Amino acid sequence: MNNVRKQKRANKSLPFFFKDEFKVSFIIVFISIILLISTFSFDIVPPILNRGIQPATFPKALLILIISLTLIIYYLSIKNPWKIGKKLPKTFFLTLLSFLIFVIISKTLDFFLAISVLSIFVSYNWGERRIFYLLLVSIIFPILVFIFFETILGLRFPPGIITNLYYY
Amino acid sequence: MLTPLFSSKLMIVLLFGTLFGLILGVLPGLGPTTGGALILPFTMTLDPLSAIVLLTSIYCAGTYGGAITAVLINTPGTPAAAATCLDGYPLAQKGEAGRALGMATVSSTVGGIFSVIILVFFAPLLAKLAYEFGQPEYFALAIFGLTMLSSIGEGSPIKNLIAGAFGILISTIGKDFMTSIDRFTYGINELSVGIGFIPVVVGLFAISEMLTQSTLLDQVFKRVALKAVKLPTKDDYKKTWKTILRSSGIGSFIGVLPAEGGTVASLIGYSEAKRFSKNPEEFGKGSIEGIAGAEAANNAATGGAMVPTLALGIPGSATTAVILTGLIIHGVRPGPDLFREQPDFLYGIFGAMLIANVLFFIFGFFGAKIFARITLVPNKILWPMIFAVSVCGTYSLSQSIIDVWIMLFFGVLGFFMRRFGFSVVPVIIGLILGELVEGTLRQSLVIFDGNWLMFLTRPIALTFFILSLIALAFPLLRSKKQKK
Repeated sequence: MNNVRKQKRANKSLPFFFKDEFKVSFIIVFISIILLISTFSFDIVPPILNRGIQPATFPKALLILIISLTLIIYYLSIKNPWKIGKKLPKTFFLTLLSFLIFVIISKTLDFFLAISVLSIFVSYNWGERRIFYLLLVSIIFPILVFIFFETILGLRFPPGIITNLYYY
Repeated sequence: MLTPLFSSKLMIVLLFGTLFGLILGVLPGLGPTTGGALILPFTMTLDPLSAIVLLTSIYCAGTYGGAITAVLINTPGTPAAAATCLDGYPLAQKGEAGRALGMATVSSTVGGIFSVIILVFFAPLLAKLAYEFGQPEYFALAIFGLTMLSSIGEGSPIKNLIAGAFGILISTIGKDFMTSIDRFTYGINELSVGIGFIPVVVGLFAISEMLTQSTLLDQVFKRVALKAVKLPTKDDYKKTWKTILRSSGIGSFIGVLPAEGGTVASLIGYSEAKRFSKNPEEFGKGSIEGIAGAEAANNAATGGAMVPTLALGIPGSATTAVILTGLIIHGVRPGPDLFREQPDFLYGIFGAMLIANVLFFIFGFFGAKIFARITLVPNKILWPMIFAVSVCGTYSLSQSIIDVWIMLFFGVLGFFMRRFGFSVVPVIIGLILGELVEGTLRQSLVIFDGNWLMFLTRPIALTFFILSLIALAFPLLRSKKQKK
């Protein structure tokens, strides 16, 4: 109870642009406005072919709805501030970083190598230190998944330095 | 009804689906929605009936499975089991874990079977009614579905509406289906075909949950010991039969409405059980009625949610949205024609749901102790494995690496959405209803020659619009009443 009160007090003392409510609403409105502007560059159907409304009209209406509703939640949050979540731990950011590493490796080197690297990275950072389990999640399990998808679903995975060893 | 199921292949599928569903339900963070989305690519090797039987059995068993962890470790395996924790865990702490799980198993089974009966009777009726529906009626119905979702779903109704609108917006990415004009593709060829349903579901549920788990590594679960599941005593039955029946009715009704199905149903089932109870003071301290109320309701929502899914092609919950995708992938178009043209297929689904409810009763009764041990698999081993399956499953549907990146994007987005109180379920429902909403709106406007007011001349459409307004006003009235 005391912690909640402390957090509420801390939140009240922050300038409005540091508060979660403002940051979230601002991001939603900002992205929606950019998307709204981009809808003006959609091709226009000539009146003779146009059936009903233009292709840009529906997304425009949705974006305006999202912006309006976001402004309402921001207005309401002034009276009733949102619950403040706990500060995100280091493991969260490391997991997020592992996604980035996955994208880079899968794009440049190999899809399965990327899965292995992410698995060992996440498992290690989440506290696993036993070699067998690290090997299990990073090598044995991805190989089993590969064989399963390859043989049962007849799936062909994207080429890469390791996957090519199997295919060629 | 059970004749189409008398094949060894279907029975194996049913057994596997029920077991897999139980495992998914037991593991906190996973559940029938994520599990269904992950298994969808594997269903491509099956015929349509086997595929849908697999998905529906996962749905039924997964919904029940959440109760095992709710009772034993005070953490709901699925969101639908959240209300079960309130009394299940306190009762388990008193040394009556077997009794708590026994009641959860019996009431889940009764609720599930009750809802299948509702499904068998009401789905064909609704399908018949749907013959009267034209484009304007379908548009009004989809709007009603989305407003209901925001109004009785979990969390803030306005945030739910934003999430629903965002889901519809995602469905507009790609080539416009009426004019083939690119929208939000920004020159990326892969986006021309639009954003697939599976990358979004796996991202919003599995990957965002992985990120959530990365923030909970210091959490320690205290597991209550379980000797064996015990069938409820005569006294327990006497105390709870009315509650079980009431909650079964509530769950089936809530399930029919497009919302978060079991989650909302169990909360309402629980609060109604408390309201009608002779001993409301026992609630929260290990009341057997509380367990029965919540569990009967959340499993009753499974059959209810299948009613609009099969009869109208409008999902009643996130998991039924996955089942709907499964139907579409296998070339089955839900709606009134399905009832006329493929009754065997439908009865196969109804029968499978009925048997799945019996199977999870047996597995739950004899195997709860084993299933509870699954929670001992450490997250640091489990989640990298789930990631590998998620990535390969997402890739496999259209063999596109872009889908995997979309999945990761929605994973990160889903995490932040949940962190700031936005439910991810409306995004899923919005995405799946998006094409229907836009398509029926535009076709209606063609029929009405661009006159929007013509919507008001169609009685069924007008009724749905009025119901939508009531649904939107409901949270406002509720909060005013609570303030009083």
